[in-house]
Amino acid sequence: MRPIRFTLWLKLAAWALCLYPAAALAWRTYSGHLGANPVETLEHGSGSTALRILLATLAMTPLRQLTGRPEPIQLRRTLGLFACVYMCVHFAMYLVFDLELSLPKLGEDLVKRTYITLGFSCWLLLLPLALTSTDGWQRRLKRRWKSLHRLIYPAALLACGHFIWLVKKDETEPMIYLGVLLVLLGWRLPWRRWARGILGAQTTT
Amino acid sequence: MLIRLKPQYPIRPSEITPEGVYHGRRRFLAQLGLGAIGLAASACGKAGAPSGAPQPQAAGDSAGFKLDKRTDMAGKEAPTPYEDVTHYNNYYEFGTDKSEPAEYAGTLRTRPWTLAVEGECDAPGHIGIDDLLKLFPLEERIYRHRCVEGWSIVVPWDGFALGPLLARFKPNSKAKYVAFTTLYDPKQMPHAGGVLPWPYREGLRLDEAMHPLAFLSLGLYGKALPNQNGAPLRLTLPWKYGFKSIKSIVRIEFTQQAPQTTWNISAPDEYGFYANVNPGVDHPRWSQKTERRLGELFKRPTLLFNGYPEVASLYSGLDLRTYF
Ligand code: HEM
Repeated sequence: MRPIRFTLWLKLAAWALCLYPAAALAWRTYSGHLGANPVETLEHGSGSTALRILLATLAMTPLRQLTGRPEPIQLRRTLGLFACVYMCVHFAMYLVFDLELSLPKLGEDLVKRTYITLGFSCWLLLLPLALTSTDGWQRRLKRRWKSLHRLIYPAALLACGHFIWLVKKDETEPMIYLGVLLVLLGWRLPWRRWARGILGAQTTT
Repeated sequence: MLIRLKPQYPIRPSEITPEGVYHGRRRFLAQLGLGAIGLAASACGKAGAPSGAPQPQAAGDSAGFKLDKRTDMAGKEAPTPYEDVTHYNNYYEFGTDKSEPAEYAGTLRTRPWTLAVEGECDAPGHIGIDDLLKLFPLEERIYRHRCVEGWSIVVPWDGFALGPLLARFKPNSKAKYVAFTTLYDPKQMPHAGGVLPWPYREGLRLDEAMHPLAFLSLGLYGKALPNQNGAPLRLTLPWKYGFKSIKSIVRIEFTQQAPQTTWNISAPDEYGFYANVNPGVDHPRWSQKTERRLGELFKRPTLLFNGYPEVASLYSGLDLRTYF
């Protein structure tokens, strides 16, 4: 009985944490506290929230390995889907307020603006993951599901590249995100096998 | 004859912050509504001009300037609200976030303040800020101001033309350029960090500096410049990207060679010496074709020389792509 309730609480907390940035932006929109450049505030708010949740999603596997508990993996899908929702909102803001829904302008930006190319590629990679996140698709794709969902790794790198390419000069913030990402990706490298390899090599000589 | 004008923006108690915020909220929400309708009709042009007159706020301490004349040079467009002009700033010595200068520039000491004018001139000298304020009658010019990042504002600047000031120091025949330097004092600017090579430096060709549009601002909205806007004196060059309009100037030098400029040193392929507003020459990483006027929902087309064609003759025969 107790473990189920704990998972429920965790899920509620995850939902609350993920919804908070949206609620805060909505409140600031309503109360007129978006600052001098409201569109920019909304674009940056949705973009950085998407990136943060994406990194949180990637932190779940290491967290499970560290704690030895199953809960992080139960939260993973929820987090991934929230990241995707924020990303879509972010993209929609850009399409509406920056491009006024002009497809030719989108084409031009995709070709000419590296940061747009990178952001868009990230979105393109993550969209199929969101669509195949259901239990049904997981069953249907079997082992291929896992390979497919490894696309989150290059996608997260693209998201960081997108951020680095768009800042004017001060790269501190995107570099912090990139640093966190590299730790999370580095965690997944087969360090133990390599260590065993080296140790093994040493003992045989 | 000196016509004494009262600043045109009396601060009525009812119009201080809360109502300004109220207007701001109404404006953005209303625009969202209009924008949605516009997009749905797929014939969306620009959102309506910002409603509600701009209101200067707070700072009741600094007395308003006596203004000799007021010239609208922004095509009757309503100035960007004072709150936005003073809380959305690029002044990297006080942090790289737009909100940080307003937060941190309080440590800047603007009195005493001395401007040194040196180099290729016959009458070099120093002048204190309070003497500078009395040197010429103060006038107000409402100019468009376009940032290289793609946003823009409309600001009533108070000050005087740069040319007559420079002429007082009698630049000699070797003077071809003018170099400007911002104060750099890590004690007053603890948030400067290492993003750019300090002190901040800018430069103009002498003929650009003498152009009647080149303006030395000492105030805005009829009052002394807030620190975050470059107190106590700054350039205002409405046909160039905002970073050319150097803030908090301590030194002017007439030179024979083109002076080094901060953004050009930092990223030469992205920021040129001229930095004229030009929709035809993109920033390497983003487009300069359009801009978002603060207070508007959608972007509007950027104009060549920011809509000041009177400067075009300065650049006749110059390839604006090469000399960006
Ligand atoms: C779908 C394609 C995308 C487009 C067209 C796009 C477009 C933009 C634009 C126009 C900006 C603002 C740039 C500026 O103000 O100069 C921005 C900022 C940003 N975007 Fe994207 N983006 C996309 C995808 C993504 C994705 C997938 C992520 C993350 C997962 C992301 C994260 C960010 C971040 C973190 C920022 C900066 C926020 C800040 O400065 O605080 N974007 N994006």
